[in-house]
Amino acid sequence: MTLLQKTGIGLFIIGIGVFTAILGLDSYKIGEKDINIENEYHRKAFLEAAQSTGLFNQDYASNVSFMAAIKSTFKQAQGSLQNQAIPDGVGEWDFKLGDWKFKEYFKPELVRDASFGTVKDNPVMWWLLSVGIALLGGLFYIIPKFNSLPGIKNNGIYHSPMERGLTWKWRALALGITIPGILIYGFFYLYDWFWPAVTAIVIGLIIGLVMFYQNSKNNNPQRSAGPGLTGWLGIITGVYMIGFYILLYWAPHYITGWMTMFDPFSRALNGGPASQWFVYGMLYTIIIIVMGVRMFAKYRHNRYQLVRTGSVMFFQTAFAFLIPEILSLLNKPSMDLKNIWPLNYTFFFDWNIDNLISGGGLGIFMLVWGIILVVIAVPLITYFYGKRWYCSWVCGCGGLAETLGDPYRQLSDKSMRAWKYERWIIHGVLAFAIVMTAMTLYTYFSGSSHVIGMNTNNVRSWYGFLIGAGFSGIVGTGFYPLMGNRVWCRFGCPLAAYLGLVQRFKSRFRITTNGGQCISCGNCSTYCEMGIDVRSYAQKGQDIVRASCVGCGICSAVCPRGVLRLENGSSDISTRTDAMRAIHITEDQIQLLS
Amino acid sequence: MHVAIIGNGISGITAARYIRKLSDHQITVISSETDYFFSRTALMYIYMGHMRFEDTKPYEDWFWKKNRIDLKRAYVEKVDVKAHALHFSGGEKMQYDKLIIACGSTPNKFGWPGQDLKRVHGMYTYQDLEAMEKYSEGLKKAVIVGGGLIGIEMAEMFHSRHIPVTFLVREKSFWDAALPYEESQMVTRHIRENGIDLQLETELKEILDNGNGEAKAAVSNKGETIECGFVGLTAGVRPNIKFLEGSDIETQRGILVNEYLETSAPDVYAIGDCAQAREPLPGRRPIEAIWYTGRMMGETVAYNICKKKIAYDPGIWFNSAKFFDIEYQVYGTVLAKAPEHHASIYWEHSDGRMSIRIVYNKNNNQILGFNLMGVRYRHEVCEKWIKEKANIEEVLQNLGLANFDPEFYKEYETEVIKLYNQQSGKNLQLKKRRNLNAVLSFLRK
Repeated sequence: MTLLQKTGIGLFIIGIGVFTAILGLDSYKIGEKDINIENEYHRKAFLEAAQSTGLFNQDYASNVSFMAAIKSTFKQAQGSLQNQAIPDGVGEWDFKLGDWKFKEYFKPELVRDASFGTVKDNPVMWWLLSVGIALLGGLFYIIPKFNSLPGIKNNGIYHSPMERGLTWKWRALALGITIPGILIYGFFYLYDWFWPAVTAIVIGLIIGLVMFYQNSKNNNPQRSAGPGLTGWLGIITGVYMIGFYILLYWAPHYITGWMTMFDPFSRALNGGPASQWFVYGMLYTIIIIVMGVRMFAKYRHNRYQLVRTGSVMFFQTAFAFLIPEILSLLNKPSMDLKNIWPLNYTFFFDWNIDNLISGGGLGIFMLVWGIILVVIAVPLITYFYGKRWYCSWVCGCGGLAETLGDPYRQLSDKSMRAWKYERWIIHGVLAFAIVMTAMTLYTYFSGSSHVIGMNTNNVRSWYGFLIGAGFSGIVGTGFYPLMGNRVWCRFGCPLAAYLGLVQRFKSRFRITTNGGQCISCGNCSTYCEMGIDVRSYAQKGQDIVRASCVGCGICSAVCPRGVLRLENGSSDISTRTDAMRAIHITEDQIQLLS
Repeated sequence: MHVAIIGNGISGITAARYIRKLSDHQITVISSETDYFFSRTALMYIYMGHMRFEDTKPYEDWFWKKNRIDLKRAYVEKVDVKAHALHFSGGEKMQYDKLIIACGSTPNKFGWPGQDLKRVHGMYTYQDLEAMEKYSEGLKKAVIVGGGLIGIEMAEMFHSRHIPVTFLVREKSFWDAALPYEESQMVTRHIRENGIDLQLETELKEILDNGNGEAKAAVSNKGETIECGFVGLTAGVRPNIKFLEGSDIETQRGILVNEYLETSAPDVYAIGDCAQAREPLPGRRPIEAIWYTGRMMGETVAYNICKKKIAYDPGIWFNSAKFFDIEYQVYGTVLAKAPEHHASIYWEHSDGRMSIRIVYNKNNNQILGFNLMGVRYRHEVCEKWIKEKANIEEVLQNLGLANFDPEFYKEYETEVIKLYNQQSGKNLQLKKRRNLNAVLSFLRK
């Protein structure tokens, strides 16, 4: 490691440290005028309670104590209304203060605006000291990589505590904590036990199907054996990322320091203050760019990787980040034009449809565009090029996975058992997305909020909570260092499931293998982020058509014998994917079994 | 019927898998090296941290039970061909009806003083890898003796851990017995640009003992004493058949087999690195210690045991390797010392790490072989041309069909043709570029 790289790591750690510390730097103060509650009973009760708790005009040193004070005031107001008689003609919950009102009355913006202190006064300075320093450190670490000879440089990955991953038992433990945790939290999130319980039953059903019905119980995935917790740095990273996503999705009140810091950028781009989503979007883009530069360094001998990485960097920066921000600035309906339903699960939500319809010509265009993408573009382009056109060239989730996630690609589980789980889970999510959207549209057109006794609004919220936040964010990205960089894309993404069905049954895309040249070394399988056992095909000389393949091209890149090639072409696709292609070169003499 | 297989490398395992596909015979695969089959060619990647040992196993552990292939961890000390019995080192015995010996190779040692010291190893078995791992701790310098494929792999392994390497190679240029001059020069340059101290035309004289039975230095035939903590012996391999001494199986360098891979003893076959053809096929060596031939022999022997007799026919020669960052593929006949009637078109990229060589018979213009460095060509296409003795000009005009480089890679076929045009005064044009559908329709023809 060069001195520059060591400096880079040092700077990066400092940057991350400052970034984390920023959440605790500012103080908070709120006045009566900041309370924005329209319901007069609720407002009055809250203001009275605030008098007694002394909430107003007091300095709170942290958002934790600040939020605690708001919460206790809220509880007190709730209690006082609970004890009063409901006036005639007023609905019960128009008078009483329901728990769910808290989220509505006290948005993270309120906390952000209540803050004062050094971050508020010098946001750009703090941004530079945190994000800026971390970025610089990252670049210092990456740039010297351009000096090595071009070629595959995977040296030391399995010696690195950052990249070597966990054994499957430790991974199972991480999931065993996370999934029930999400479900339990979901109960409090939705104020309803029904959907968390249904989810738990479905999970149990899938485990039962895979382990017993499909008989995977005895087929232990021995391949992912590895020494204990030697991947400690990856665990720390994973925990940090999981924490980040939990705060982002479910406790944004506590990350207002970041919003404050990103404020100047937000105002410059879209004219408004920074929300947690602006923070996330901008960080996401910066990370894809910096880690994209790392991909350029690592694969600079491989033009497929260069072009593909350039593509995800471009689509993230322009389509996911800049264009929507600028449209907001112009007061136009704003949309990530490459985000396709059902990945973009809110596309058919009433508020989105209404928003687009009322957004004039551009809004109508976006509505039609979104539908064209689902109905025409996905099947058509996937027919010609495979699902890679989206998953590893355009998609934002894919973009992060291919850049930030690249150091962890080897951690995907290649076992047959994992493949079985994958198929049940990802198609289950696709089915859920379709049912949820159908119910939402039913409500939209009929006005009835119930379908066979189920509240469509609840189904929608549960999807957003479980799949939108829990699966795609916390497990999908937080688990990069624990289960590989495509956890979401492989197990959860409903759009990937849809693209995959097209790819599997109606596409020209395949990976061809080069005659008998395979030496079964396993580099292809190891570095397949989707957990495809590429070698099992390559060593049989069998062309590969798999629903999950995102066409990242790394199997072909890491192959030391030039065996794999990503291709588009429909000829002989059914015979060349036969499981019993001969490797024996004089196959004329030998009749192979089917 | 019980088929016992000695050796769980690619040859033995391929035999076992095909016997299972073709029959219901009882199969036992015996190995003293590891419990499960792993890819020997991937050992280097474990050391380099690209993969774990588990990743080099091509089949999950439950595969063997599911396919009723019994695995036995044992060392065969003696084969009693009359009694159809194997004697294991623990005193145990096992009966067989058919025996396949696929016991592989062992590194050559040429009687160098100190060759059996500690910290002196070849790189063939899993145990060799473990030894390299063990002795790498705090290692300041390694000396590698012998410039073949394993030698350069070993150099790459140490290099990946920033351990300085001195590489003693007897030849004038790296692997010049197999590679034509230009390619050999290219690899030689590439070894040096990786910072390896490559000493050509240098041989090992002796290995010095540090007093504890460990190597402390290697002395070259030029009188230089190179202090080192590890000596890698990679001057080729020979069949690992010591345990057959005294059995009735006829051996020379390897176990002698006929074209059906049968040995001199009844019901005993030998395949892979340890087999030596009594009558080598034209243009082929009696012992070919490579992955691909091992696999083909495994397949052939399975047919011989289960179905019908088929002579072993490896078809057109092919091989591949990777020299640090330069991939190498060869199809057909490409000789280091080309005979008079061989002509070749040799194109080299200006970066000096890529080349294409096409060899043809200058008397009748028939294509003979392809040698690729840093460029990938399609096995099936090259093979079809060679098998059908295609005309060099036809090959050149359709050369794009052979290109197997990833998408967006620059195609150099036009430059190869330009070179041929310059040499021959012709004006050929490239008709076919890289394209899968065109390839498949060509292959169907």
